[in-house]
Amino acid sequence: MSAIFKREMRAYFTSPIGFIFIAIFFVANGALFSYLTLQAGSTSDISSYFLMLLFLFIILIPLLTMKLFCEERKQKTEQLLLTAPISLIDMVAAKFFAAYTMFAGTFLAATVFNLIPYFIYCEDVNLASILGNIVGILLIGGAFVAIGLFISALTENQFVAAITTIAIIAALLFISFANSYIGAAPIRVVLSWISIFSRFYDFTYGILNFASLLYYASIMFVFLFLTVRVYENRRWA
Amino acid sequence: MIKIENLVKQYGDIRAVDNISFEVNEGEIVGFLGPNGAGKSTTMNMLTGYLSSTSGKAMIDGIDILEQPLEAKKRIGFLPEQPPLYLDMTVEEYLNFIYDLKGCKLNRRKHLHEICEVVRINEVYKRIIRNLSKGYRQRVGIAQALVGNPKVIIFDEPTVGLDPKQIVEIRNLIRTLGRNHTVILSTHILPEVSAVCERIVVINKGKLIANEKTEEISRVVDGFRRLCVKIVGPQEEVLAALKNKEGIAYCECLGQREADSYAYLIESQPGVDIRRPLFFALAEKGWAMIGEETMGTNLEDVFLALLERNDERKKKRNVVKSNIIAK
Repeated sequence: MSAIFKREMRAYFTSPIGFIFIAIFFVANGALFSYLTLQAGSTSDISSYFLMLLFLFIILIPLLTMKLFCEERKQKTEQLLLTAPISLIDMVAAKFFAAYTMFAGTFLAATVFNLIPYFIYCEDVNLASILGNIVGILLIGGAFVAIGLFISALTENQFVAAITTIAIIAALLFISFANSYIGAAPIRVVLSWISIFSRFYDFTYGILNFASLLYYASIMFVFLFLTVRVYENRRWA
Repeated sequence: MIKIENLVKQYGDIRAVDNISFEVNEGEIVGFLGPNGAGKSTTMNMLTGYLSSTSGKAMIDGIDILEQPLEAKKRIGFLPEQPPLYLDMTVEEYLNFIYDLKGCKLNRRKHLHEICEVVRINEVYKRIIRNLSKGYRQRVGIAQALVGNPKVIIFDEPTVGLDPKQIVEIRNLIRTLGRNHTVILSTHILPEVSAVCERIVVINKGKLIANEKTEEISRVVDGFRRLCVKIVGPQEEVLAALKNKEGIAYCECLGQREADSYAYLIESQPGVDIRRPLFFALAEKGWAMIGEETMGTNLEDVFLALLERNDERKKKRNVVKSNIIAK
């Protein structure tokens, strides 16, 4: 497992993708942060920054996940992994952790950068809210990476994988906006239940809602499980 | 060491591999021969655990590949049809990755060095795989299969796309490997298997049609000896004479080659070496034989020969059976 993890991490930095990801993340993150907190009227509310950050993931997460399995299939190296003495679960987990490490590492580094001026210039810092936001983002990121990983296992074409992942992540984020246009109450309830966005609010208040935690974790596990199934299925095809 | 029992792979209506059984003993080099689309790669993919079988068993060293995949896979080194290379890595990085991937316990530097020595990729060790030639890439692919010193090595068409010199090198390499490993290699080129393998398993359209020692197969195939000869002399007369010659099964004029000579395709009857009698017969008439070339038997002929022989055996068996019943 560690062999694949190491190779993936290395691949991010021997191709431009890792650098592009980090660069876009830092630039967009810095701009969002300064605009939404430091330059905004009330600097104490940091949550709107974290909320906006979610929309950044629509394009950033696919960057990390699009090539994970596509490339293997295209270069025919998939056969190497599938005939090596490692289990499918290890293979999928290694790839997931590689992409997640990139995501979480970059996010945490960027957050540290942001919080330094924030702590210096803001008087009433709500630590619970900040921690809640960070935990929430880390969980949502995990769910998105798992979705991207799954999509990548379905196709041979990186571009198709990227576009599909963008569409799904965007859909998950925008569901809650559709809610205000829907009259039927039952649909509204269901939509707000599956909406990634509305579940995030609890975290922004610094509340660790167990249901939401479970929700994000299950999205992650379901998609990782589905990825394993894709490979099992292909073997039995 | 390798045991395949009634292996079947069904793709919808198509039966890619149809009830194949054979065994490979320790230290043997076995050739897996068949035309394109015969089911060679499918069989190998099932043997290595890349695909699952619809029914039947594939065992490596007594371990079922579907029941204990990880244990079985530890014993296999596999070179797929297209070498599975990460083009953005150097050979060194790639082999180290494979070493980690296979969870190898041998002394890393020494082991990798030995492998590079055997497949002769020392001089490209620090280079990026993308920049290597096809021959080198193939060798890196072979090196990959050797990492971890597996008992069984499986090569799927190892010489495809290589130039003649490289082909000879790879064949020699495989022969060397056969001393310490059990090797299966698949190919659609007959001379390749006869040059390297001790035994040949022939499949066609998913079915096994022969599993015998190489000499045995060669003998069957030699029955179909074809010659291309250039003879100076009047075309009609020569052709007539050839057709009447004892030992010649088939003859045909291929056309004029030089000012006064014609080329003829001659197929001798099974088990007859026609070359000497032909020479003397032509000399008697005063026609000069200015060129003689043994045509390579193509795979089609091999199958025909093998199938024909199988049919004859079946007939004989049926005759014996009916005799027994009559008694």
